[in-house]
Amino acid sequence: MTTTMKGKQVFDMLKGELASAIVEVQDECLVVKPAKLTEVAGFIKHTQGLEFDYLSSATGIDYPDYFEVVYLFYSLEKNHRFTLRIRCADKADPVAPSLTCLWMGADLQEREIYDLLGIKFSGHPLLKRIFMWEGFEGHPLRKDFKNGF
Amino acid sequence: MEIKSQQSSMNIDLHEGRLIEELKRSSCEMMPEPSEWLDEEIKRNIIVSTVDKLLNWGRKTSLWTETAFTACCTFEFISLSSPRFDIARFGMEVLRSSPRHADLIITAGTLTWKMAPQIKRIYDQMAEPKWVIAMGSCGISGGIFADSYSVVPGYNRILPVDVYIPGCPPRPEALMAGIERLRKKIEKKSFTKVD
Repeated sequence: MTTTMKGKQVFDMLKGELASAIVEVQDECLVVKPAKLTEVAGFIKHTQGLEFDYLSSATGIDYPDYFEVVYLFYSLEKNHRFTLRIRCADKADPVAPSLTCLWMGADLQEREIYDLLGIKFSGHPLLKRIFMWEGFEGHPLRKDFKNGF
Repeated sequence: MEIKSQQSSMNIDLHEGRLIEELKRSSCEMMPEPSEWLDEEIKRNIIVSTVDKLLNWGRKTSLWTETAFTACCTFEFISLSSPRFDIARFGMEVLRSSPRHADLIITAGTLTWKMAPQIKRIYDQMAEPKWVIAMGSCGISGGIFADSYSVVPGYNRILPVDVYIPGCPPRPEALMAGIERLRKKIEKKSFTKVD
């Protein structure tokens, strides 16, 4: 059966600079500083014993004070899973690092988050709308979105 | 006086007898059928009707449906087209993949704005005369998605709808009732009058 790694467990494996990139250790996930996400994600992908080789899904959440991006990882090798979160404090212009350099599967998921929540992913190869058409105004899953039609 | 009146009544009887004999003589043969002059092959195959009735009959009894279904109401239509409900009874079992063969577009399902240009294009490609049935809540008004950012609130924003069938989804019987309504509508069309 697939087991879920504890946040504490993974946090203990991070050393030095990576450990300082963690904002919060939760029960089954770690909240990471946006700027350090690619390093932490690269670490859990390549480290022996973690080997999260599969990005199952990425999604975004609109909170009153910040946007959160949630990444769900699986390890097909070890049969366990883990979650990373980042928080974009700037609600006017949220930017997150792209994970397409590590998992190509992040491509469409990040475009979906960009399309519906308006979070920009720096380093994404082709960041454009995926569900809505070009010329659509606004990002419909934001809480302050008003349907114009 | 008495003899005179007897003679005159006798004359009436004679006159009557002559008429009967004459009619009897001229009625030795049966009257010819009005269609006697027709060729033997087409004798029993002629129906007298009006142009309106003939064309409308042809149109309403062979409504070919375009296969342009956008969402879940489709399954009710599939059920209707299968043997249990059997729209073959209405001459509708032919589903056309080409809009150029189709007379009827049944808007089975939610329509998103991204799909709307394609549906509009399919409708434009259909040859006249053509009809539209808006099937289900989404087809009528957008249904539960009416306020959505991505859903067209009713097909009549882009197509001229003839018949609305409520339901989410409508049962096949309801769809049949809707088709029956459309057939009644087609019957009323007149070619000799301008609408």
